[in-house]
Amino acid sequence: MELDSRIPGGPIEQKWDKARFEMKLVNPANKRKYSLIVVGSGLAGASAAATLGELGYNVKCFCFQDSPRRAHSIAAQGGINAAKNYQNDGDSIFRLFYDTVKGGDFRAREANVYRLAQISVNIIDQCVAQGVPFAREYGGTLANRSFGGAQVSRTFYARGQTGQQLLLGAYQALQRQVSLGRVTMIPRTEMLDLVVIDGRARGIITRNLITGKIDAHVADAVILATGGYGNVFFLSTNAKGSNATAIWRAYKRGAAFANPCFTQIHPTCIPVSGDYQSKLTLMSESLRNDGRIWVPLKPGDTRPPDQIPENERDYYLERRYPSFGNLVPRDVASRAAKAVCDEGRGVGPGGLGVYLDFSDAIRRLGKKTIADRYGNLFEMYERITGEDPYTVPMRIYPAIHYTMGGLWVDYHLMSTIPGLFVLGEANFSDHGANRLGASALMQGLADGYFVIPYTIGNYLASAKIEKVDTSHAEFKRCESEVNERVRKLLSIKGKKSVDAYHRELGKLLWDYCGMARNEQGLKKCLAKIPELREEFWQNAAVVGSGTELNQVLERAGRVADFFELAELMCLDALHRNESCGGHFREEYQTPDGEALRDDEHYCYVAAWEYRGENQAPVLHKEPLKFEYVLPSQRSYK
Amino acid sequence: MNLILHVWRQKGPGEKGQMVRYEAKNVNEDMSFLEMLDVLNEQLVLRGEDPIAFDHDCREGICGSCGFMINGVAHGPQRGTTVCQLHMRHFKDGDELWLEPWRAKAFPVVKDLVVDRSAFDRIIAAGGYISVPTGSAPDGNAIPVPKKKQEMAMDAAACIACGACVAMCPNASAALFTGAKISHLNLLPQGQPERYERAERMIAQMNIENFGHCTNIGECEAVCPKSIRLEVIAFMNRDFLRAKWVEGEEPVLASQG
Amino acid sequence: MSAVAVTQSKANRALRFYGLTNGKKVIVAVTGVALFGFVVGHLIGNLQVFLGPEVMNAYGATLHSNPALLWSARIILLAAVILHITASVQLAIRAKAARPEGYRKWNRVKSSYASRTMIWSGPIIGAFVVYHLLHFTLGNAMGWQGRQFATQTVDGHVIPAPYENVVAGFQNPIVSGAYIFAMALLMLHLRHGLWSMFQTVGLNHSRLSPRLQRFASVFSLILFIGYISIPIAVMLGIVR
Repeated sequence: MELDSRIPGGPIEQKWDKARFEMKLVNPANKRKYSLIVVGSGLAGASAAATLGELGYNVKCFCFQDSPRRAHSIAAQGGINAAKNYQNDGDSIFRLFYDTVKGGDFRAREANVYRLAQISVNIIDQCVAQGVPFAREYGGTLANRSFGGAQVSRTFYARGQTGQQLLLGAYQALQRQVSLGRVTMIPRTEMLDLVVIDGRARGIITRNLITGKIDAHVADAVILATGGYGNVFFLSTNAKGSNATAIWRAYKRGAAFANPCFTQIHPTCIPVSGDYQSKLTLMSESLRNDGRIWVPLKPGDTRPPDQIPENERDYYLERRYPSFGNLVPRDVASRAAKAVCDEGRGVGPGGLGVYLDFSDAIRRLGKKTIADRYGNLFEMYERITGEDPYTVPMRIYPAIHYTMGGLWVDYHLMSTIPGLFVLGEANFSDHGANRLGASALMQGLADGYFVIPYTIGNYLASAKIEKVDTSHAEFKRCESEVNERVRKLLSIKGKKSVDAYHRELGKLLWDYCGMARNEQGLKKCLAKIPELREEFWQNAAVVGSGTELNQVLERAGRVADFFELAELMCLDALHRNESCGGHFREEYQTPDGEALRDDEHYCYVAAWEYRGENQAPVLHKEPLKFEYVLPSQRSYK
Repeated sequence: MNLILHVWRQKGPGEKGQMVRYEAKNVNEDMSFLEMLDVLNEQLVLRGEDPIAFDHDCREGICGSCGFMINGVAHGPQRGTTVCQLHMRHFKDGDELWLEPWRAKAFPVVKDLVVDRSAFDRIIAAGGYISVPTGSAPDGNAIPVPKKKQEMAMDAAACIACGACVAMCPNASAALFTGAKISHLNLLPQGQPERYERAERMIAQMNIENFGHCTNIGECEAVCPKSIRLEVIAFMNRDFLRAKWVEGEEPVLASQG
Repeated sequence: MSAVAVTQSKANRALRFYGLTNGKKVIVAVTGVALFGFVVGHLIGNLQVFLGPEVMNAYGATLHSNPALLWSARIILLAAVILHITASVQLAIRAKAARPEGYRKWNRVKSSYASRTMIWSGPIIGAFVVYHLLHFTLGNAMGWQGRQFATQTVDGHVIPAPYENVVAGFQNPIVSGAYIFAMALLMLHLRHGLWSMFQTVGLNHSRLSPRLQRFASVFSLILFIGYISIPIAVMLGIVR
């Protein structure tokens, strides 16, 4: 396998222009002769399907939810970055590019990130024109806020529902194409395999979640926009249905998986309250602007917070990072919380939580100001925990939030399988080892609206794509494999629930491949996962049949894939002997506990190639070159 | 706490369903309603029984997937909340709860508490968008939008299409849903070129989908998890009348392509 | 929205308008306005009963002095009633079809009793109006009560004498009771209907809405008091 990133030559500002000019075009009259498959209907999938439909291609778009509008992009709260510099505060495309590369701890491709920053400005225009009700100033111009520690105000937002509004914009554009007959929307359907013929992605095998029917769909190119794999941890801020099956199937058909161990942990989530916990809820990062984070000084202190005097509290972020204090980046804040909890100083049930205290802010600014700023978040917190954050400090704990890793793609967003394109969180491309706040929405829409429409045209115009249909032997083979797998899952009439296995796997990963990793733990984890997986295939309780809506079967299939993916994540984490961004190896830290990067040996993208059942995956390296933003140590002291 | 649940069980579309009694034991008050059902389902599966099917995804109250009737109220007793954000502390030991799916001709039951809400997608496809091809947008600040207009549009745009409004309405009317999208887009300057055509098309589609009429009684507004106001329906009615009598010619309603 | 606009004939357009639930609702609202106007006018006329037989009977005579006007008003009202009822019944049938299988349990959260019972208060009021016409306009019902339908002769025409008929009619407690009951239903119907009309034709927004609802409640109460003051006055012997 050869990793050709296809980065165009020339100065970084001109690369995308140059690439667009060099790309071959599909004759407008011929576009309707091409059929494309888009899997996923979130920001990346919906924007791609809508735009490709608009261009005249025949598009089929799939989602597992009952409507494309439910994809998990909808839950993004904070906002979307764009280098508009409307605030005249010194922002520029180059600054957004610089911040993103640095924030990603120098593990992202410069050319991709620069393009992302360039496109960011077009995204805002597009969304405004679609009717996305972004916040406005009194004069009617667009409002911005500073987000995630950025020094400029470049984040556009629609209350705390930016993801929802952007997704509705893309969904509405998609529904317009549906009404025009250019896109066929196929909801409540799950992709279970990728069909590769003569080395090219030519279709997918799906299961209709209502009837259980297995279908084959043929196309000239396949686009995966199926999101991240954070749910491998069982507890995460992802939606319950978010899964890795589509990208994992593609991996097993030959698409390289890049940097699987790069996962992002968000520091401000509501802590776990019991064994029944099904998911974690994120509280906006903006809370750290006014809340002070602390734990008791003494381990095992169980007094209620208001009875712990000031001198027996440890405001550990303010102590360790005097200049950034409570506003240190996500990875730093998360690790610090874990460290104090490991010392036995955590609060709440199980000692897995730290206080986020607003009493100082309320005293200083008044309850009304705090209510104006965070009222809806406080309400959400109270709804879930039953505690009033105006009087009792909030309890927060880090949780898995986003996965920077994903299928490897080149500059054209094409994977190592020609004709298979991967967009949004499902690919690995733009965030390196750590993603900045308000950048996920930007990347999803950039890929869907403004990158794939060009690059897929180039692929279709330059490749010689043979005509095939679903009667091809390879389709038949994949279809029977899928059927066989469903049959096999249904035949395990075990005694332990699928969720119980998933929870156990998640716990393993969280303990050994979560916020902090070490060689010993990862090796232990790598030994335990296959054992648990074996047990799962013997003893999981799967009921019902394959010819009906069977939510247990759906989950079982996804968990089976998570088991395999979890192993690859540990393998990747084990091989990367450095700490960077979301990947913190305890052996590689500075004397005062900060991440220690090793640019000499690990300045590359780790792309793993599947070599078959019971065979070790093969590591391929794509070296990263930094010509515009020179690697430096991040410091928030 | 221990609860008694009466749950609508229906094998599949068009099949006969019935209420089935279950006991949920040792329910923790910090659980969400769906987590309570998760635990019950896990027990059902281990007994080899078919678990209760219900739609859910984000469990943060924003995706709009979840929702069913609890004791005859859409999304249950807490206002401004979806069932995934409803917690068990709002119930007490010994409570008897009736869980039923959204019921409407336009929302056929798929299984148990799962219904087909694709009628909503078709209403959006009929005109719930602004026709702006990718790449043809002017600068974001080229058209100023008064803050107040934007706030009102945002209030309406907050709709999550869960279907509670239809479920709760005695007439199974989709007026709140349709009114919300029409208000969102028609309030904004960007939405003006297609304003009246949009209202006509979406309302026509709403009728085709067999939803009932609006009697302005306000149950939809009361159970809406996003607290969308009845005024969006008045807004829709206003644009409907303007479209019919002031703007003149009607477009032909037919699916193209 | 690339559909081709085609001009429709006026009749065709009206039919299509009526074919939509929203169109029918507008018809219900607009006819409701006409009927509401009648309810107000009728009360003003009726209250003249307190001014004595001469004034009241002269008012009756005035109404009958211009048959063209009287009949056009009657025809307009009749048309409004028919449209109001037809559209409402069609909508109710449609609504029933929109939920073929009902809930085992349904609990109201917000809606008022009045708003949910429009489809029942309406027909009962309708039935009462028929009886009311038989009673005071055509006079047949007087006979059932064992009374003579009183008439007066103006310019050679024999026309009903409203004052005597009202007094005679309401002296019967059953007649008065039925009247008061019907007026109570009318109050309920208007309490929701008066506000709902505005909403249906699109005249509503956040500031207006609570005021309109208050107006509807107060105004329907005033009408109720006005109407029932007559039978009560008769029963108490204030009007004889």
